[in-house]
Amino acid sequence: MTTSSTLPSTPSQTVGPYLHIGLTWQDGPFVVPEGTPSSVWLRGRVLDGAGEPITDALVETWQCDEHGRFAHPEDPRSAEIDSGFRGFGRSDTRSGEYGILTVVPGRVPDRTGVPQAPHVDVSVFARGMLHRVVTRVYFADRPEANAADPVLSTVPRDRRQTLLARPSADGYTFDVHVQGEYETVFFDV
Amino acid sequence: MSAREQRTRASPPYRPDPDGTHPPLDSPGYRSTALRHPVRRPLTLPQSVTEITGPVLGEGRIGERDNDLTVQHPGEPIGQRIVVHGRVLDGDGRAVPNSLVEIWQANAGGRYRHDADVWPCPLDPNFDGVGRTLTDEHGRYEFTTIKPGAYPWKNHHNAWRPAHIHFSLFGRSFTQRLVTQMYFPDDPLFDQDPIFNSVPEAARSRLVSRFDMNRTTDHWALGFEFDIVLRGREATPFEDDDHDH
Repeated sequence: MTTSSTLPSTPSQTVGPYLHIGLTWQDGPFVVPEGTPSSVWLRGRVLDGAGEPITDALVETWQCDEHGRFAHPEDPRSAEIDSGFRGFGRSDTRSGEYGILTVVPGRVPDRTGVPQAPHVDVSVFARGMLHRVVTRVYFADRPEANAADPVLSTVPRDRRQTLLARPSADGYTFDVHVQGEYETVFFDV
Repeated sequence: MSAREQRTRASPPYRPDPDGTHPPLDSPGYRSTALRHPVRRPLTLPQSVTEITGPVLGEGRIGERDNDLTVQHPGEPIGQRIVVHGRVLDGDGRAVPNSLVEIWQANAGGRYRHDADVWPCPLDPNFDGVGRTLTDEHGRYEFTTIKPGAYPWKNHHNAWRPAHIHFSLFGRSFTQRLVTQMYFPDDPLFDQDPIFNSVPEAARSRLVSRFDMNRTTDHWALGFEFDIVLRGREATPFEDDDHDH
Protein backbone atom coordinates (compact mmCIF):
# COMPACT_ATOMS: atom_id res chain seq x y z
CA MET A 1 0.00 0.00 0.00
CA THR A 2 1.33 3.42 -0.84
CA THR A 3 -0.05 6.67 0.43
CA SER A 4 -0.04 9.22 -2.33
CA SER A 5 -1.65 12.06 -0.44
CA THR A 6 -3.14 12.56 2.96
CA LEU A 7 -6.13 14.59 4.01
CA PRO A 8 -5.77 16.83 7.06
CA SER A 9 -8.00 15.91 9.98
CA THR A 10 -11.05 17.90 10.95
CA PRO A 11 -10.25 19.95 14.06
CA SER A 12 -11.92 19.29 17.40
CA GLN A 13 -14.33 21.68 19.14
CA THR A 14 -15.86 21.72 22.59
CA VAL A 15 -19.04 19.77 23.35
CA GLY A 16 -20.35 22.99 24.91
CA PRO A 17 -22.82 23.28 27.79
CA TYR A 18 -25.71 21.51 26.04
CA LEU A 19 -23.94 18.23 25.32
CA HIS A 20 -26.58 16.26 27.17
CA ILE A 21 -29.27 16.62 24.53
CA GLY A 22 -27.03 15.04 21.93
CA LEU A 23 -24.76 12.69 23.81
CA THR A 24 -26.58 11.29 26.82
CA TRP A 25 -28.00 7.82 26.20
CA GLN A 26 -30.34 6.08 28.56
CA ASP A 27 -28.22 2.91 28.25
CA GLY A 28 -24.95 4.85 28.12
CA PRO A 29 -23.51 3.60 31.42
CA PHE A 30 -23.91 -0.08 30.59
CA VAL A 31 -20.70 -1.56 29.25
CA VAL A 32 -22.27 -4.81 30.43
CA PRO A 33 -25.98 -5.46 31.04
CA GLU A 34 -27.37 -4.85 34.49
CA GLY A 35 -27.22 -8.02 36.54
CA THR A 36 -23.97 -9.29 34.98
CA PRO A 37 -22.50 -11.41 37.82
CA SER A 38 -19.02 -9.87 38.10
CA SER A 39 -20.09 -6.32 37.22
CA VAL A 40 -18.80 -3.32 39.12
CA TRP A 41 -19.64 0.37 39.10
CA LEU A 42 -16.80 2.63 38.07
CA ARG A 43 -17.65 6.04 39.48
CA GLY A 44 -15.94 9.33 40.02
CA ARG A 45 -15.92 13.05 39.66
CA VAL A 46 -14.32 15.23 37.03
CA LEU A 47 -12.68 18.14 38.84
CA ASP A 48 -11.43 21.47 37.55
CA GLY A 49 -8.31 23.38 38.56
CA ALA A 50 -10.12 24.87 41.58
CA GLY A 51 -11.15 21.40 42.78
CA GLU A 52 -14.77 21.99 41.80
CA PRO A 53 -16.72 19.12 40.21
CA ILE A 54 -17.44 19.73 36.54
CA THR A 55 -21.10 18.93 35.96
CA ASP A 56 -21.12 19.48 32.21
CA ALA A 57 -18.57 16.84 31.32
CA LEU A 58 -18.96 13.52 29.53
CA VAL A 59 -16.87 10.46 30.33
CA GLU A 60 -16.55 7.70 27.76
CA THR A 61 -14.83 4.35 28.34
CA TRP A 62 -13.55 1.58 26.05
CA GLN A 63 -12.22 -1.80 27.11
CA CYS A 64 -12.05 -5.52 26.44
CA ASP A 65 -14.08 -8.16 28.27
CA GLU A 66 -12.78 -10.28 31.15
CA HIS A 67 -11.06 -12.58 28.65
CA GLY A 68 -9.25 -9.85 26.77
CA ARG A 69 -11.66 -9.75 23.82
CA PHE A 70 -12.79 -6.53 22.14
CA ALA A 71 -16.24 -6.05 20.64
CA HIS A 72 -14.65 -4.97 17.37
CA PRO A 73 -14.19 -6.66 13.98
CA GLU A 74 -10.40 -6.40 14.15
CA ASP A 75 -10.37 -8.72 17.15
CA PRO A 76 -10.46 -12.26 15.73
CA ARG A 77 -12.15 -13.42 18.94
CA SER A 78 -14.90 -10.81 18.88
CA ALA A 79 -17.43 -13.44 17.79
CA GLU A 80 -16.87 -15.31 21.08
CA ILE A 81 -17.93 -12.34 23.21
CA ASP A 82 -21.08 -12.65 25.29
CA SER A 83 -23.93 -10.84 23.67
CA GLY A 84 -24.65 -7.73 25.65
CA PHE A 85 -20.99 -6.89 26.24
CA ARG A 86 -20.56 -3.56 24.47
CA GLY A 87 -17.13 -2.55 25.71
CA PHE A 88 -18.17 1.09 25.49
CA GLY A 89 -19.60 3.22 28.26
CA ARG A 90 -20.77 6.80 28.38
CA SER A 91 -21.94 8.90 31.29
CA ASP A 92 -22.45 12.58 31.88
CA THR A 93 -21.65 14.20 35.22
CA ARG A 94 -24.83 16.15 35.91
CA SER A 95 -25.27 14.43 39.27
CA GLY A 96 -21.74 15.48 40.26
CA GLU A 97 -20.16 12.22 39.18
CA TYR A 98 -20.16 9.78 36.32
CA GLY A 99 -21.03 6.11 36.66
CA ILE A 100 -20.23 3.19 34.35
CA LEU A 101 -21.35 -0.39 34.95
CA THR A 102 -18.61 -2.67 33.72
CA VAL A 103 -16.32 -5.60 34.45
CA VAL A 104 -12.62 -5.54 35.22
CA PRO A 105 -11.10 -6.22 31.81
CA GLY A 106 -8.66 -9.03 31.02
CA ARG A 107 -5.07 -8.52 30.01
CA VAL A 108 -4.07 -7.74 26.45
CA PRO A 109 -0.58 -7.38 25.03
CA ASP A 110 1.02 -4.20 23.83
CA ARG A 111 2.40 -3.90 20.30
CA THR A 112 5.53 -5.83 21.20
CA GLY A 113 3.64 -8.66 22.89
CA VAL A 114 4.24 -7.58 26.50
CA PRO A 115 1.10 -8.17 28.60
CA GLN A 116 -0.53 -4.99 29.87
CA ALA A 117 -2.30 -4.74 33.20
CA PRO A 118 -6.10 -4.57 33.11
CA HIS A 119 -7.00 -1.09 31.91
CA VAL A 120 -9.88 0.98 30.57
CA ASP A 121 -9.30 3.76 28.04
CA VAL A 122 -11.11 6.96 28.98
CA SER A 123 -12.05 10.09 27.02
CA VAL A 124 -13.23 13.19 28.89
CA PHE A 125 -15.17 15.92 27.12
CA ALA A 126 -16.60 19.08 28.71
CA ARG A 127 -17.70 22.61 28.19
CA GLY A 128 -14.48 24.61 28.32
CA MET A 129 -12.46 21.76 26.82
CA LEU A 130 -11.73 22.29 23.14
CA HIS A 131 -10.53 18.74 22.63
CA ARG A 132 -11.05 15.53 24.55
CA VAL A 133 -8.41 14.46 27.03
CA VAL A 134 -7.47 10.79 27.18
CA THR A 135 -6.44 8.81 30.21
CA ARG A 136 -6.40 5.20 31.38
CA VAL A 137 -7.95 3.57 34.41
CA TYR A 138 -5.87 0.87 36.11
CA PHE A 139 -7.02 -1.05 39.17
CA ALA A 140 -5.29 -0.44 42.49
CA ASP A 141 -6.00 -4.00 43.68
CA ARG A 142 -3.91 -5.49 40.83
CA PRO A 143 -0.49 -4.37 42.06
CA GLU A 144 1.53 -7.16 40.43
CA ALA A 145 0.05 -6.63 36.98
CA ASN A 146 0.38 -2.87 37.38
CA ALA A 147 4.04 -3.17 38.36
CA ALA A 148 4.77 -4.95 35.07
CA ASP A 149 2.62 -2.73 32.85
CA PRO A 150 4.57 -1.23 29.95
CA VAL A 151 2.54 2.01 29.92
CA LEU A 152 2.45 2.63 33.68
CA SER A 153 6.19 2.13 33.75
CA THR A 154 6.58 5.22 31.51
CA VAL A 155 4.67 7.34 34.04
CA PRO A 156 6.72 9.11 36.70
CA ARG A 157 6.37 7.10 39.89
CA ASP A 158 4.85 9.95 41.89
CA ARG A 159 2.03 10.40 39.36
CA ARG A 160 1.05 6.75 38.82
CA GLN A 161 -1.55 6.86 41.55
CA THR A 162 -3.57 9.31 39.43
CA LEU A 163 -4.30 6.36 37.11
CA LEU A 164 -5.46 3.94 39.80
CA ALA A 165 -9.13 3.24 40.51
CA ARG A 166 -9.64 2.42 44.20
CA PRO A 167 -12.02 -0.26 45.43
CA SER A 168 -15.32 1.17 46.71
CA ALA A 169 -18.57 -0.16 48.13
CA ASP A 170 -19.99 -1.15 44.75
CA GLY A 171 -16.91 -1.25 42.53
CA TYR A 172 -14.22 1.34 42.02
CA THR A 173 -13.72 5.07 42.33
CA PHE A 174 -11.70 7.03 39.80
CA ASP A 175 -11.67 10.84 39.92
CA VAL A 176 -10.30 12.80 36.99
CA HIS A 177 -8.41 15.95 37.96
CA VAL A 178 -8.28 17.99 34.78
CA GLN A 179 -5.90 20.46 36.40
CA GLY A 180 -4.31 21.16 39.75
CA GLU A 181 -2.02 19.60 42.29
CA TYR A 182 -3.39 16.12 41.65
CA GLU A 183 -3.68 16.55 37.89
CA THR A 184 -4.42 13.20 36.26
CA VAL A 185 -1.89 11.82 33.80
CA PHE A 186 -3.25 12.35 30.30
CA PHE A 187 -2.03 10.71 27.14
CA ASP A 188 -1.43 11.62 23.54
CA VAL A 189 -2.80 8.68 21.65
CA MET B 1 2.48 -17.20 15.47
CA SER B 2 -0.51 -17.25 17.81
CA ALA B 3 -3.72 -15.47 16.89
CA ARG B 4 -3.00 -12.95 19.56
CA GLU B 5 0.47 -12.15 18.28
CA GLN B 6 -0.91 -11.85 14.78
CA ARG B 7 -3.51 -9.46 16.03
CA THR B 8 -1.03 -7.17 17.72
CA ARG B 9 1.26 -7.18 14.71
CA ALA B 10 -1.24 -7.02 11.91
CA SER B 11 -3.11 -3.84 12.69
CA PRO B 12 -1.21 -0.65 12.01
CA PRO B 13 -1.56 2.28 14.38
CA TYR B 14 -3.15 5.61 13.48
CA ARG B 15 -1.01 8.54 12.45
CA PRO B 16 -0.78 11.43 14.88
CA ASP B 17 -2.36 14.71 13.85
CA PRO B 18 0.32 17.32 13.16
CA ASP B 19 0.58 20.44 15.31
CA GLY B 20 -1.80 23.06 14.03
CA THR B 21 -4.74 20.69 13.66
CA HIS B 22 -6.66 21.03 16.92
CA PRO B 23 -7.24 23.99 19.23
CA PRO B 24 -4.99 24.19 22.27
CA LEU B 25 -6.83 23.18 25.45
CA ASP B 26 -5.44 26.37 27.00
CA SER B 27 -7.14 29.03 24.87
CA PRO B 28 -7.44 32.16 27.04
CA GLY B 29 -9.91 33.86 24.69
CA TYR B 30 -12.42 31.15 25.62
CA ARG B 31 -12.53 31.88 29.32
CA SER B 32 -13.93 28.56 30.46
CA THR B 33 -10.71 26.84 29.41
CA ALA B 34 -8.81 28.55 32.27
CA LEU B 35 -9.51 25.91 34.93
CA ARG B 36 -10.25 23.12 32.49
CA HIS B 37 -6.95 22.51 30.73
CA PRO B 38 -4.21 20.22 31.98
CA VAL B 39 -1.00 22.10 32.76
CA ARG B 40 1.33 19.13 32.47
CA ARG B 41 2.35 17.73 29.12
CA PRO B 42 0.52 14.60 28.02
CA LEU B 43 2.55 11.40 27.88
CA THR B 44 2.73 9.33 24.74
CA LEU B 45 0.48 6.28 24.71
CA PRO B 46 1.72 3.72 22.18
CA GLN B 47 -1.34 2.37 20.38
CA SER B 48 -2.10 -1.17 21.51
CA VAL B 49 -5.16 -3.20 20.59
CA THR B 50 -7.19 -1.13 23.06
CA GLU B 51 -6.56 2.02 21.05
CA ILE B 52 -6.88 0.65 17.51
CA THR B 53 -10.26 -0.88 18.30
CA GLY B 54 -13.26 1.12 19.38
CA PRO B 55 -17.01 1.04 19.70
CA VAL B 56 -18.81 0.02 16.55
CA LEU B 57 -22.24 1.29 17.37
CA GLY B 58 -25.44 2.12 15.73
CA GLU B 59 -27.21 -1.04 14.60
CA GLY B 60 -30.45 -0.90 16.52
CA ARG B 61 -29.63 2.53 17.89
CA ILE B 62 -30.98 4.55 14.96
CA GLY B 63 -34.68 5.27 14.63
CA GLU B 64 -36.35 5.82 11.28
CA ARG B 65 -36.66 9.58 11.75
CA ASP B 66 -33.40 10.18 13.54
CA ASN B 67 -31.71 11.79 10.52
CA ASP B 68 -34.62 14.12 9.76
CA LEU B 69 -34.99 16.66 12.54
CA THR B 70 -38.00 18.24 10.82
CA VAL B 71 -40.33 15.25 11.15
CA GLN B 72 -39.92 14.28 14.79
CA HIS B 73 -43.10 16.06 15.93
CA PRO B 74 -46.66 16.41 14.66
CA GLY B 75 -45.94 19.86 13.23
CA GLU B 76 -43.02 21.26 11.27
CA PRO B 77 -40.37 23.31 13.01
CA ILE B 78 -40.00 26.99 12.18
CA GLY B 79 -36.96 28.12 10.24
CA GLN B 80 -34.93 27.60 7.11
CA ARG B 81 -35.07 23.95 6.07
CA ILE B 82 -31.62 22.63 5.13
CA VAL B 83 -29.98 19.38 4.10
CA VAL B 84 -26.53 18.80 5.60
CA HIS B 85 -24.63 15.98 3.96
CA GLY B 86 -21.10 14.81 3.42
CA ARG B 87 -18.68 11.96 3.81
CA VAL B 88 -16.72 10.69 6.74
CA LEU B 89 -13.24 9.85 5.47
CA ASP B 90 -9.96 8.85 7.00
CA GLY B 91 -6.74 10.71 6.37
CA ASP B 92 -6.05 8.57 3.30
CA GLY B 93 -9.34 9.51 1.73
CA ARG B 94 -10.92 6.16 2.47
CA ALA B 95 -14.57 6.08 3.41
CA VAL B 96 -15.42 5.34 7.04
CA PRO B 97 -18.50 3.13 6.57
CA ASN B 98 -21.26 2.12 9.00
CA SER B 99 -20.13 4.57 11.62
CA LEU B 100 -22.31 6.47 14.07
CA VAL B 101 -22.74 10.22 13.55
CA GLU B 102 -24.56 12.20 16.26
CA ILE B 103 -25.61 15.84 15.97
CA TRP B 104 -27.26 18.39 18.24
CA GLN B 105 -28.06 22.05 17.70
CA ALA B 106 -30.09 25.13 18.62
CA ASN B 107 -33.41 25.94 16.96
CA ALA B 108 -33.90 28.69 14.38
CA GLY B 109 -33.86 31.32 17.11
CA GLY B 110 -30.67 30.06 18.70
CA ARG B 111 -32.24 28.24 21.67
CA TYR B 112 -31.38 24.70 22.73
CA ARG B 113 -33.92 22.34 24.21
CA HIS B 114 -31.87 22.13 27.38
CA ASP B 115 -32.80 23.21 30.89
CA ALA B 116 -29.58 25.20 31.27
CA ASP B 117 -30.31 27.35 28.21
CA VAL B 118 -32.01 30.50 29.50
CA TRP B 119 -31.59 32.67 26.40
CA PRO B 120 -35.00 34.37 26.15
CA CYS B 121 -35.95 33.12 22.74
CA PRO B 122 -38.85 30.70 22.40
CA LEU B 123 -38.46 26.97 22.22
CA ASP B 124 -40.02 25.42 19.15
CA PRO B 125 -42.51 22.72 20.17
CA ASN B 126 -41.74 20.92 16.92
CA PHE B 127 -37.96 20.84 17.22
CA ASP B 128 -35.65 18.89 19.53
CA GLY B 129 -32.43 19.61 17.66
CA VAL B 130 -31.04 16.09 18.04
CA GLY B 131 -30.18 13.65 15.27
CA ARG B 132 -28.17 10.53 14.59
CA THR B 133 -27.39 8.35 11.63
CA LEU B 134 -24.96 5.76 10.32
CA THR B 135 -22.64 6.42 7.42
CA ASP B 136 -23.34 4.19 4.42
CA GLU B 137 -20.78 1.95 2.76
CA HIS B 138 -19.24 4.99 1.03
CA GLY B 139 -18.98 6.91 4.28
CA ARG B 140 -21.87 9.19 3.34
CA TYR B 141 -24.31 10.71 5.80
CA GLU B 142 -27.21 13.11 5.45
CA PHE B 143 -29.42 15.09 7.81
CA THR B 144 -32.46 17.21 7.12
CA THR B 145 -32.82 19.94 9.71
CA ILE B 146 -33.39 23.64 10.34
CA LYS B 147 -30.62 26.19 10.10
CA PRO B 148 -29.70 26.97 13.71
CA GLY B 149 -29.71 30.57 14.90
CA ALA B 150 -26.83 32.45 16.48
CA TYR B 151 -27.08 33.03 20.21
CA PRO B 152 -25.45 35.20 22.84
CA TRP B 153 -23.25 33.87 25.63
CA LYS B 154 -21.33 35.37 28.52
CA ASN B 155 -17.73 34.90 27.44
CA HIS B 156 -17.29 38.64 26.86
CA HIS B 157 -19.48 41.69 26.25
CA ASN B 158 -21.79 41.20 23.25
CA ALA B 159 -20.43 37.72 22.55
CA TRP B 160 -22.43 35.68 20.02
CA ARG B 161 -21.82 32.14 18.88
CA PRO B 162 -21.93 31.80 15.10
CA ALA B 163 -24.57 29.36 13.90
CA HIS B 164 -23.24 25.84 14.29
CA ILE B 165 -24.21 22.17 14.52
CA HIS B 166 -22.39 19.91 16.98
CA PHE B 167 -21.06 16.68 15.44
CA SER B 168 -19.91 13.56 17.29
CA LEU B 169 -18.04 10.85 15.36
CA PHE B 170 -16.74 7.47 16.39
CA GLY B 171 -14.91 6.28 13.30
CA ARG B 172 -13.69 2.71 13.75
CA SER B 173 -11.31 3.08 16.69
CA PHE B 174 -10.86 4.77 20.04
CA THR B 175 -8.11 6.78 18.37
CA GLN B 176 -10.45 8.26 15.75
CA ARG B 177 -13.06 9.60 18.18
CA LEU B 178 -13.92 13.23 17.42
CA VAL B 179 -16.42 15.82 18.62
CA THR B 180 -16.54 19.03 16.64
CA GLN B 181 -18.81 21.80 15.36
CA MET B 182 -19.87 22.57 11.81
CA TYR B 183 -20.28 26.21 10.80
CA PHE B 184 -21.95 27.93 7.86
CA PRO B 185 -20.09 29.82 5.11
CA ASP B 186 -19.33 33.53 5.46
CA ASP B 187 -20.76 33.94 8.95
CA PRO B 188 -20.13 37.55 10.06
CA LEU B 189 -19.75 36.32 13.65
CA PHE B 190 -16.59 34.31 13.03
CA ASP B 191 -14.21 37.16 13.86
CA GLN B 192 -15.41 37.61 17.43
CA ASP B 193 -15.88 33.93 18.33
CA PRO B 194 -13.09 32.53 20.51
CA ILE B 195 -14.25 28.95 20.06
CA PHE B 196 -14.04 29.02 16.26
CA ASN B 197 -10.82 31.04 16.44
CA SER B 198 -9.24 28.64 18.93
CA VAL B 199 -8.54 26.44 15.92
CA PRO B 200 -5.20 27.26 14.27
CA GLU B 201 -5.93 29.62 11.40
CA ALA B 202 -4.90 27.31 8.59
CA ALA B 203 -7.29 24.62 9.83
CA ARG B 204 -10.38 26.78 10.48
CA SER B 205 -11.88 26.42 7.02
CA ARG B 206 -12.20 22.67 7.64
CA LEU B 207 -15.00 23.45 10.08
CA VAL B 208 -17.01 25.49 7.59
CA SER B 209 -19.58 23.74 5.44
CA ARG B 210 -19.92 24.55 1.75
CA PHE B 211 -23.16 25.83 0.25
CA ASP B 212 -24.18 23.12 -2.19
CA MET B 213 -26.44 24.19 -5.05
CA ASN B 214 -26.51 20.61 -6.35
CA ARG B 215 -28.14 19.42 -3.18
CA THR B 216 -30.40 22.43 -2.89
CA THR B 217 -33.90 21.25 -3.72
CA ASP B 218 -36.33 23.46 -5.61
CA HIS B 219 -39.02 24.81 -3.30
CA TRP B 220 -37.80 22.66 -0.45
CA ALA B 221 -34.38 23.04 1.19
CA LEU B 222 -30.93 24.60 0.93
CA GLY B 223 -28.02 22.17 0.72
CA PHE B 224 -24.77 22.29 2.67
CA GLU B 225 -21.87 19.88 2.33
CA PHE B 226 -19.56 19.05 5.21
CA ASP B 227 -16.93 16.33 4.87
CA ILE B 228 -15.25 15.12 8.04
CA VAL B 229 -11.76 13.65 8.09
CA LEU B 230 -10.66 11.32 10.89
CA ARG B 231 -7.12 10.15 11.44
CA GLY B 232 -5.70 7.74 8.89
CA ARG B 233 -3.49 4.74 9.53
CA GLU B 234 0.20 4.22 9.15
CA ALA B 235 1.08 2.08 6.17
CA THR B 236 1.44 -1.50 7.32
CA PRO B 237 4.89 -3.00 6.97
CA PHE B 238 3.37 -6.48 7.28
CA GLU B 239 1.00 -6.36 4.39
CA ASP B 240 3.31 -8.29 2.05
CA ASP B 241 3.34 -11.26 4.44
CA ASP B 242 -0.39 -11.33 4.75
CA HIS B 243 -1.62 -12.52 1.38
CA ASP B 244 -3.61 -15.27 3.02
CA HIS B 245 -6.00 -12.89 4.81
